[in-house]
Amino acid sequence: MHDLSVAALALGLRNRDFSSTELTQHCLQRIRALDPHYNSFISVDEVGALDAARQADARLAAGETAPLLGIPLAHKDIFCTSGLRTSCGSKMLDNFIPPYDATVTRRLRDAGTVLLGKTNMDEFAMGSSSETSFYGSSRNPWDTSRVPGGSSGGSAAAVAARLVPLATGTDTGGSIRQPASFCGITGLKPTYGRVSRLGMVAYASSLDQGGPMARTAEDCALLLNAIAGFDPQDSTSSEQPVEDYTAQLAQPLSGLRIGLPREYFGEGLEQATGERVRAALALLELQGATLVDITLPHTGLSIPTYYIIAPAEASTNLSRYDGVRYGHRCENPRNLHDLYTRSRQEGFGEEVKRRILVGTYALSAGYYDAYYRKAQQVRRLIRQDFLDAFTDVDVIAGPTTPGPAFGLGAKTSDPVSMYLEDVYTLAVNLAGLPAMSVPAGQVNGLPVGLQLIGQHFDESRLLNVAHQLQQASDWHLQLPPEAGL
Amino acid sequence: MLTVVKVMTVHQDDIEKLAELARVRIPAEEAAEVTARIATILGLVDQLQSVDTAAVEPMANPLDAVQRLRADAVTEANQREAFQAIAPAVENGLYLVPKVIE
Repeated sequence: MHDLSVAALALGLRNRDFSSTELTQHCLQRIRALDPHYNSFISVDEVGALDAARQADARLAAGETAPLLGIPLAHKDIFCTSGLRTSCGSKMLDNFIPPYDATVTRRLRDAGTVLLGKTNMDEFAMGSSSETSFYGSSRNPWDTSRVPGGSSGGSAAAVAARLVPLATGTDTGGSIRQPASFCGITGLKPTYGRVSRLGMVAYASSLDQGGPMARTAEDCALLLNAIAGFDPQDSTSSEQPVEDYTAQLAQPLSGLRIGLPREYFGEGLEQATGERVRAALALLELQGATLVDITLPHTGLSIPTYYIIAPAEASTNLSRYDGVRYGHRCENPRNLHDLYTRSRQEGFGEEVKRRILVGTYALSAGYYDAYYRKAQQVRRLIRQDFLDAFTDVDVIAGPTTPGPAFGLGAKTSDPVSMYLEDVYTLAVNLAGLPAMSVPAGQVNGLPVGLQLIGQHFDESRLLNVAHQLQQASDWHLQLPPEAGL
Repeated sequence: MLTVVKVMTVHQDDIEKLAELARVRIPAEEAAEVTARIATILGLVDQLQSVDTAAVEPMANPLDAVQRLRADAVTEANQREAFQAIAPAVENGLYLVPKVIE
C-alpha cells in the first residue's frame, strides 16, 4: 500500500480495496517502525489521524469522490494546526498550540485528507540541511549519515521513505526543491502568492511560498489543486484564477522550448550530477522538446541579494517573539528588557540569531541604502534576466543543487558554505517564479534532481513537463534501502 | 562561480550593539566567533556593491503587486480567551509583564 501513488491510493479507496482507516493505520505503523532512523516527524497525531480516517471512510461510504478524500498526509511543522503543536523546529514554539488552522491546513482538512503529523525542519525554515532543528536533524533515507536537505527535510525524508504519500513544504530559497532533490522525490514551489501564507509561520514574507512534496508530478498536481487560490486573509495572495493542475499533464512536449542557463552548468556543478541532469534533458528532447542555450547573467548575485533580503525580513518578522503573548518565556524576568532579551536568547538557536543580527545590520540607519535598498534593486535585475529569457523559451531547466546530499555536520561550521548550496534555487524566489525538482537518477546511490523553472503562474506547464519525464523514466519510483521493509 | 571578495571590518562591539538592538543577547564567550561568522556573511553580501543600480527601481514584491486594502469593517469575532489560553502569563484577561513603572 505504501508504495502506491496518491492517484492510485485514491482509486483503491473508491474501489473499497482498502479503507482510509486501514491505510492510516499502515502509515502510522511504518512511522513507528521506521522513523527512529530518519527523525522526519516532530509530532505524530495518532488519535486525530484515526478520527479523520473514520470520517473520511464515512464520506467514502456515502459515495463522495473528492480526489484527496481519505489520503494521509503530513504538514511541515510551519503550518498552524488548530489544537496540534506547531513548533517551527524551534524551542521558541516548543509549547505553541495554535488556536487556528493555516489556510493550507483548513483546505486540506475540508478536502478530507488525514493529517498524520508534523514534519521536522530547520528552525524557522532557516537552513539547507534540517540540522538547525531544535528536535535534532532529520536524516536522508538513502544514506542516514547524510542530510535530507532543508528546510523541508522532514517532509522530503518522510515521503521518500514511504512513511506518508504526500506532504506540504515551504520554499523561501529552495526549501522544497533542494530536499526533494536530495531525497529523490518531486516537489513544487508555486508562484509567489499562489498559495495562502495565512497561518504559515513567517520567515521572509516577500519570498515564502508553500507547496506540495510527493513522489510524482501528478500527486503534486492533486495537492496543489487543493491548496492554491485566493485568500482574502493574506494580503499578498494572488487573485489570478486557479486552474485544474491535472488537466495538462498528458499534453505531448512537441514544440516545447527549454532554456538551459549557461550559469547553471558552469564551475561549481559536480560533474556526475551535471551528467544526470543532461541525461534527463535528453529524454525530454526525445519527447519533442527543443533545448536552447540561454544566459541569466545575474545568477551569482542571487546569493548576496537573498542573504540581505531574507535576514532583513526575518529580523522584522521574528520581533514578534517577545515572551509575552505566546511561545517561550524565560524564568523570573527581572524587568521587561530582561524578559525580551532572555526569552529570545533562550528560545532561538544560533542560525536564527545570526540571521536576525545580519538583518538588523542591513536595516540599520546608515546601512539601509547600501544593503537593503541595493539588494531590492539587484532583485529586479535578477527577475529581469528571467523575463528576458522567457521571451524565447517556455521553461528553464538545470540542476536543483550542485551535487547530491552532503554528510551530517559537513557544513555546519561554515554558514557561507551552506549558503552556497542554494546557488541554483535562490533566484527563483527572488523573482517569484514557480519551480520544481524532479528525480533525475542517482550518483553513487544518492538521488539527483532536475530543476524546472516556469513563468509566473505557469505551474501547469511545469507539472506537464515533469509528468511526461516520469512517463518515460523510473527515477521517481526508486526506493531507498530500508524503505522497502 | 562565487568568491567571497573581502571580509568586512565589523567589530565585536558592533555585534554586541546589534544584539542589544535586536534583543538577542550573545554570551560573552561566543561573541568573538559570532562576530567572525557575521563578518564572513557581510563579506559575501558586499559583492552587491560592484553592481551599477543607479537607474533601477527597488523591487519589494516579485509580482510588483501593491498592498490590497479591505473595507474598514469589523470582520473578526473576539477570540481573546482562545488567544490568552496559550500565553505564558495572564490575569483577568490581561497579559502579565514585569513591572515597568516603579
